Amino acid sequence: MSEAIRVGIAEISYCGPASSIRTTGLGSCVGIILFDPMTRLAGMAHIMLPDSSMSRTALLNEAKFADTAVKAMVKNLEMQGVKKIRMKAKIAGGAQMFQFSSGQETMRIGPRNVEAVKSGLADFRIPLVAEDTGGDKGRTIEFNTDTFELLIKTVHQKEYII
Amino acid sequence: MAGYTQLTAFHLDVLREVGNIGAGHAATALSEHLGKTVDMKVPSVNIVSLQEMTELLGGTETVVASVYLRMQGEAPGTMFFMLPLGQSKKLVSRMIAGEPYDPAEGVYSEVTLSALQEAGNILSGSYLSALSDLTGLNIQPSVPALSIDMAGAILGYGLIEISRSSDYAIIINTSLTEPENLHSDSIHGYFFLLPDPDSFEKIFGALGVPLHE
Repeated sequence: MSEAIRVGIAEISYCGPASSIRTTGLGSCVGIILFDPMTRLAGMAHIMLPDSSMSRTALLNEAKFADTAVKAMVKNLEMQGVKKIRMKAKIAGGAQMFQFSSGQETMRIGPRNVEAVKSGLADFRIPLVAEDTGGDKGRTIEFNTDTFELLIKTVHQKEYII
Repeated sequence: MAGYTQLTAFHLDVLREVGNIGAGHAATALSEHLGKTVDMKVPSVNIVSLQEMTELLGGTETVVASVYLRMQGEAPGTMFFMLPLGQSKKLVSRMIAGEPYDPAEGVYSEVTLSALQEAGNILSGSYLSALSDLTGLNIQPSVPALSIDMAGAILGYGLIEISRSSDYAIIINTSLTEPENLHSDSIHGYFFLLPDPDSFEKIFGALGVPLHE
């Protein structure tokens, strides 16, 4: 198998059958994988923020926000011929990297990202078949379109698969 | 302030000086704490993409010990003090007599964690109070928090506020080192100061450097 396709922070990439796609250093960010078991096409996003309404720029990077990233991936996979009804999702990330006593909203960004991704998936009725979210540790994830396994690596634990 | 297009080379020089003064005070404070000389490298100021930012320190997966705090008050922003993992343990062994230096990954005694937290407090507190004195702006540190994890995961967290308004961050980077001629295993720590986008106008204004010509 060739080298995994890399997805950077606030980016979306796609891959075909017999390949793998990865993103590194997910902290409060969430990695979203949308895939079709039949065509073995998959997309991965590395989102930073829950909602595009938080954006203060004229030009929106849709890969940065949970709501717009899910929408963009669904659209792209549909254009590649994947029926929405066949799409499945796996997600990982959304940790709280630092523990604070203060209840400032940005501090809870990890859990908020996870909630936003789930509600985005629910809007398209895409089943979430596996997730590894929350906690306080960073994750590196790699999805394989042969096995549909999502490999998760953290600094303090052995790697595992969901 | 989306593309930082109004910033001139002169503005970047001013930010470099801000880093110089802040980190200079931090170096002095750490030096007093350790009872030995701590040097500071000339700061660099760079405008980097979000992607480049998470890849500082040798890649998103490099394990670092990091103290994070929010600058609160008139010029909000984010500050990190980061040490590659091995370096953080060296720092602790210098801070606490008798604390064995154990370079193995995943092993941190309570004492190690609290010593790192303390080093972070000293460094960031002195950096920010110098910044506050220099600008006359009211800037207070939040309670610093410590994390030992992948650099990308930690830095990504610090970019949340900035990423709402830009795909780029201005980073004021200063490193502290022990004089290298004494030990080949000297410690290198990095300060990253990331003012929120709206804070630049206030910092420049307070220093008498208008943002708009």
